Amino acid sequence: MTQKNRFETGGQIDRESLHKFTFDGKSYTGHAGDTLASALLANGVRLMGRSFKYHRPRGVLTAGSEEPNALVELRGGARQEPNTRATTIELYDRLFAKSQNRLGSLKFDLLAINDRLSNFLTAGFYYKTFMWPAAFWEKLYEPIIRHAAGLGSLSLKEDPDVYDKGFLHCDLLIIGAGPSGLAAALTAGRAGADVILADEDFRMGGRLNSESYALGDMSGADWAAATVAELASLPNVRLMARTTVIGAFDHGIYGAVERVSDHLREPQPDKPRQILWRIYTKRTILAAGATERPIAFDNNDRPGIMLASALRTYANRFAVAADKRVAIFTNNDDGHRTATDLQAQGIKIAAVVDVRADAPRSADYEVLHGEVVDTKGRLGLTFAELKLTDGSSRTLECGALGMSGGWNPNVHMTCHQRGRPTWNADLAAFVPGEALPAGMTVAGAALGDLSTAGALSGGVKAAQSALDLSGQGPDLPQAEDAPINIKPFWYVEGCSRAWLDPQNDVTVKDVKLSHQEGFRSVEHLKRYTTLGMATDQGKTSNMGGLAIMAEFAGKTIPEVGTTIFRPPYTPTAIGAFGGRHRGQEFHPKRLTPSHAWAEERGAVFVEAGNWLRAQWFPLPGETTWRESVDREVLATRGSAGVCDVTTLGKVDVQGTDAAEFLNKIYCNGFAKLAVGKTRYGLMLREDGIAMDDGTAARLADDHFVVTTTTANALPVYRHMEFVRQCLFPDMDVQLISTTEAWAQYAVAGPNSRKVLEKIVDQDISDEAFPFMACANITVCGGLRARLFRISFSGELAYEIAVPTAYGDALIRRIMDEGAEFDITPYGTEALGVMRIEKGHAAGNELNGTTTAQNLGMGRMVSKKKDSIGSVLSEREGLNTDTDLRQIGIKPVDPSASVPAGAHLMKLTGPISAAEDQGYVTSACYSPNLGHAIALGFLQNGSERMGERIRLVSPLTGVETEVEIVSAHFIDPEGDRLRA
Amino acid sequence: MIIDHPLLGPRDASEFTYMGDASLIDRPDWQSETAARDFYEYGYLRDNPAGWHDELWFHEAGDRSWLVVTRNTVTHEISKVALARDVARARGRSK
Repeated sequence: MTQKNRFETGGQIDRESLHKFTFDGKSYTGHAGDTLASALLANGVRLMGRSFKYHRPRGVLTAGSEEPNALVELRGGARQEPNTRATTIELYDRLFAKSQNRLGSLKFDLLAINDRLSNFLTAGFYYKTFMWPAAFWEKLYEPIIRHAAGLGSLSLKEDPDVYDKGFLHCDLLIIGAGPSGLAAALTAGRAGADVILADEDFRMGGRLNSESYALGDMSGADWAAATVAELASLPNVRLMARTTVIGAFDHGIYGAVERVSDHLREPQPDKPRQILWRIYTKRTILAAGATERPIAFDNNDRPGIMLASALRTYANRFAVAADKRVAIFTNNDDGHRTATDLQAQGIKIAAVVDVRADAPRSADYEVLHGEVVDTKGRLGLTFAELKLTDGSSRTLECGALGMSGGWNPNVHMTCHQRGRPTWNADLAAFVPGEALPAGMTVAGAALGDLSTAGALSGGVKAAQSALDLSGQGPDLPQAEDAPINIKPFWYVEGCSRAWLDPQNDVTVKDVKLSHQEGFRSVEHLKRYTTLGMATDQGKTSNMGGLAIMAEFAGKTIPEVGTTIFRPPYTPTAIGAFGGRHRGQEFHPKRLTPSHAWAEERGAVFVEAGNWLRAQWFPLPGETTWRESVDREVLATRGSAGVCDVTTLGKVDVQGTDAAEFLNKIYCNGFAKLAVGKTRYGLMLREDGIAMDDGTAARLADDHFVVTTTTANALPVYRHMEFVRQCLFPDMDVQLISTTEAWAQYAVAGPNSRKVLEKIVDQDISDEAFPFMACANITVCGGLRARLFRISFSGELAYEIAVPTAYGDALIRRIMDEGAEFDITPYGTEALGVMRIEKGHAAGNELNGTTTAQNLGMGRMVSKKKDSIGSVLSEREGLNTDTDLRQIGIKPVDPSASVPAGAHLMKLTGPISAAEDQGYVTSACYSPNLGHAIALGFLQNGSERMGERIRLVSPLTGVETEVEIVSAHFIDPEGDRLRA
Repeated sequence: MIIDHPLLGPRDASEFTYMGDASLIDRPDWQSETAARDFYEYGYLRDNPAGWHDELWFHEAGDRSWLVVTRNTVTHEISKVALARDVARARGRSK
């Protein structure tokens, strides 16, 4: 287990700590401070993956988050994570990773046959080839393509780790902790500002950690470490390493993902894997640096061929030689810096190939004026073929080749608010445009200031201008300040394939083809060729594609345009966006005051809104839900039942204009409702469609209690506040939602009064407390309560409310006092059966398409007053004779079922939408009648009582004859209510 | 987004519910000769500007104020926030 490519000394790695890890089943060692990529290179492993389409052998291209090639499956079991970049995975002990996108082993990938078929698999291949025959797509082509394509695989197991969300506020957010970010942080931190400094790397310092040059009398890395140490000592500075700022959103809000535990084998107990931070900042400095770009030439994708700056990072930061013999291909001075650095580490420079006639000469290594035209080496680079300007050819033996095509400022975040970068001809790159996200300043290489001295002073200036500071700022060390002297150069003319986007296997030829076929906009180029898609989003490839497209079109690069960038900056786990909102915690769970009591009785619960409501209460021996529900219904209608109705929305309406206000929100009148009385109310939307219904109880001249349905509690309250504040701002009326303040129970059945008489302190005889009465009362010898004589079941019934804290005590008391009447708790199913038996409309009927007319309540809409929806409810189209009317339905064959959602058609004739006359909204089995019953809407239904019609449900295969009847199946006269 | 609530200061947009065009404040007179037409226009016809727009937001997870927020629909810049009640009064609404 030797690290044969590791230098004896140097690098920012901890040689004392030895981490063992496995890649594709083979064991290796590395050190703390390594990435998986640097550790693999140290062990002489160049081959790390296979490309997406052609399954070409691939190694690392970069040393950072822009990596397109070295994507691996990290960890195993439920924690297996596909498409992680080896260049950003921090090495830990017993790390386990596998290569992906291969059939067989990485060295002998059977799908490498695609590479031989590359003449056919060009841009647009799928669009052109799999068009015909059409039926083959779903059955044959798509399954094959889906099997062969795609990158890593998912574990398909539940993620065992926790993701959190958090909120941070600061004066200044600095994105990137390279030279400009550190200088800015130092300036702002010493001035006392609240600063957050975030960097995606686990070690702050940016390029300073990757370079060999000095800052004053220190190495760049040491200066970075000393600066970070000072910043860490400032209480007003928060350092966030391993934190990627993923997007710039409106009004100074930034998203950032902190990888709390990704560098550990598994998270420590009680620690999340990642935290998605929402950072609220007044000002922002984008110091995100720059990304080097490759040069396209034939077979430039072999393992060992990488960015020149990456070679430098591996050598300087990780003390790793990509190979013992290295060549460089460059169009600017920065490539030469790589050669100098590598040579200083004892690496043999085969040659620096420079496209510029005026390339700097060197005494230490050979500089050749020309181009790299091809390479060799099946699983890794062995030779580079050169064509020199003097016409001669050369073959260089080398195991690594550095490409230096210039630097692209990382302008991504400047585009997140629709900003467009502008072209800088001196750098041959796009730099941030004028329109930046509000509050953002850009500094350092991200601004196009590519020298270290420029980055340092730019960082100071950015912080000073962001915070309105005056003075000199911190003393800056002497640093290199050299121009890069670039000659734009994008690709070498060749006859084979020159890769632009190695991840998606897009070559120069593909861009040419796309141009020939008429795709002239950058957006079309991207979609036709897949250039710049997937995990790297073209960080190393978009610029080259654009430049080549411009050349084919005979235009300049800025004429062709640019692609802009959307969040996130790097791939972000869905888990981080979900946070704790998953499984049972997806939304809040609301429990009624009787929940514990219902649980004790073995209730089955159903989600209603966010509430858990008892659906039914099974007894021992009951094997189906229907048995329980039928029993609950019969017991309630036979003697007494009790149901928790706390979840219904309750709104307290107070003020001298309270009655007038209710007149506005309900279509029927409330002004004349007497104190101590309750009335049913129907609320319309302004367009005349029914919105919600409920009751309003007048407890005093200026005090009403309004109820809403459970599901609409929130929207109805919002609507009421809209009417109050926006439409009638001078009404003397106040609203407050009291849904949570009162526990409320429906006590129903012929013996309900007898039960409540044992609990309520006042006289509630029929004379003293008739149907629709309401009152403030006391229970159990003095506890304040409210009593309403209203009925949803159609029985003699009451709703009784006590402050929430007494809800549990009250239900137990009701059960105790009701025992002599065999009082039976019932759930939402029995509640539903009884309201269908009684013909009461509910959510299924008030479904957002029905009017008061449809519901048979057309006459309730008062014409004598202004109420929401009254004018538009009179529209002609809503008032035709053939309109739908609510009806009852019973099957002619008592054993037939009538599913909700079924449609109503003539007894004979075709079953088609054209024949549709209405539909079923609610259906149930009525244990009182002994057959199925239903509510629904039928054209002109109120005039068609007794008619036989056909009920069809092609979905459930039901077709049955039914009779149209009154919706009031039970006690149509209402005698029971008034008993 | 951040909405600068006139009573509570800057609050995150996630505390609010959006309704739409603040022209919804200008509810027509139900007794007008042209009431049917007026309500139709009030209910269904809206401007859809690319630019400044007065719109109604409800501070549902806050103090339950309806606000009129003047927002640029292109840039999301917010230039003005007022209590809808004050706006309604200024536009002549009362009881």
